[in-house]
Amino acid sequence: MTAPSTTPMPSSDSTKTAKAWQAAASVCDPEIPVLTIEDLGVLRDVQVAEGGEALVTITPTYSGCPAMLVMEADILGAMREAGFDDVRVETVLSPAWTTDWLSKVGREKLRAYGIAPPVRGSSSRQALFGRDSVDCPQCGSSDTERVSEFGSTACKALYRCKACAEPFDYFKCL
Amino acid sequence: MPNAELKTDTLFKYLLRLADDQLILGQRLGEWCGHAPTLEEDLALANISLDLLGQARSLFTYAGEVEGEGRDEDDLAFLRPEREYFNALLVEQPNGDFAATIVRQFFHAAFMVPFWRAMTASGDETLAAIAAKSLKEVEYHLRHSSEWMIRLGDGTEESHRRTEDALEELWGYAGELFEMDEVAREVLDLGAGVDAAALKAEWDATVNAVLERATLTRPADSWSQTGGRTGCHSEHLGHILSELQYMQRAYPGLSW
Repeated sequence: MTAPSTTPMPSSDSTKTAKAWQAAASVCDPEIPVLTIEDLGVLRDVQVAEGGEALVTITPTYSGCPAMLVMEADILGAMREAGFDDVRVETVLSPAWTTDWLSKVGREKLRAYGIAPPVRGSSSRQALFGRDSVDCPQCGSSDTERVSEFGSTACKALYRCKACAEPFDYFKCL
Repeated sequence: MPNAELKTDTLFKYLLRLADDQLILGQRLGEWCGHAPTLEEDLALANISLDLLGQARSLFTYAGEVEGEGRDEDDLAFLRPEREYFNALLVEQPNGDFAATIVRQFFHAAFMVPFWRAMTASGDETLAAIAAKSLKEVEYHLRHSSEWMIRLGDGTEESHRRTEDALEELWGYAGELFEMDEVAREVLDLGAGVDAAALKAEWDATVNAVLERATLTRPADSWSQTGGRTGCHSEHLGHILSELQYMQRAYPGLSW
């Protein structure tokens, strides 16, 4: 079973593969625990061979994302619990992860959690001095300002709402 | 047509140069951790460092595969002597004051954006994939350092003076980024590399635009220092490595 933006591969046992996908897809991002790796688009592919060996393919959000190792361990654990003992997790770089792969559900989960979801498609390149207009996830005001383009994790920027005075994280476009 | 062994050796060397640039600059930025002027900036420099280390890891892993002698990313990052590092001299220059760190970062990011963009068209699939990933990251790095250049240059008298000093100090190290020697040329001829010399025009345009907004003067071209690509470094690299390689020297073979 494969994430939406890549070509699905035929599987010898689609129920088994669906079960394996479900197990892998239940793993959450250790740094943004409201999102699963499926919501994030980090989970790219799950294949189960006839002998039961499973191959889970993931892709990092950022090159240096320190959560990858934790995710890998969590995937192995979730797969074992679902009855898959022979599991390999492979990390691929191509196609490069983009915030466009964040699911609709994922975007809403982010907002509810207090993190503003990305505002642009990744294809609309930002000018060297351009600014995104980001709405406050707390009060909805668009009167916000960027404090720093680099926040508490690689994928987030730090903003402040001038209307309700709350600081908030913004999941930046990539 | 060069023979296969030569190709492997050349590509390996090319990959190490690229990996070492990101590793050493990432290490330098990591030195700011806990010391940056503001908490937000501490996070920003650590984030950029992390991106660069991530890029270096991908490049080292690939270099190890190309070499085919069983060396992994850790062997390559931690177990080479100084003369076998091939980073440009720019990235090993000391952090200095905050202005020097920002100018160094700006020179590097203004180069890496067009470099990675060109590399996405590489005939080497792995390099193209690393490039597509890295390009998105360095675009953020360039915005970060550009904005600081403007804030510092167009800031107080002191921040302006310090940034001009840093520009003068580091200007002579920028030229090495655009050098095309035999190794770089051969990888370019193989369809895997980037013509770094051809990126100079874009680099100049970026630098000029930012310096103008920052009310800073572009230094005159005078001396240019090179040697990093052949392993001839300034005295600074040895000190960086003594810290970077400490754990592997104290506990050989250590792994997490």
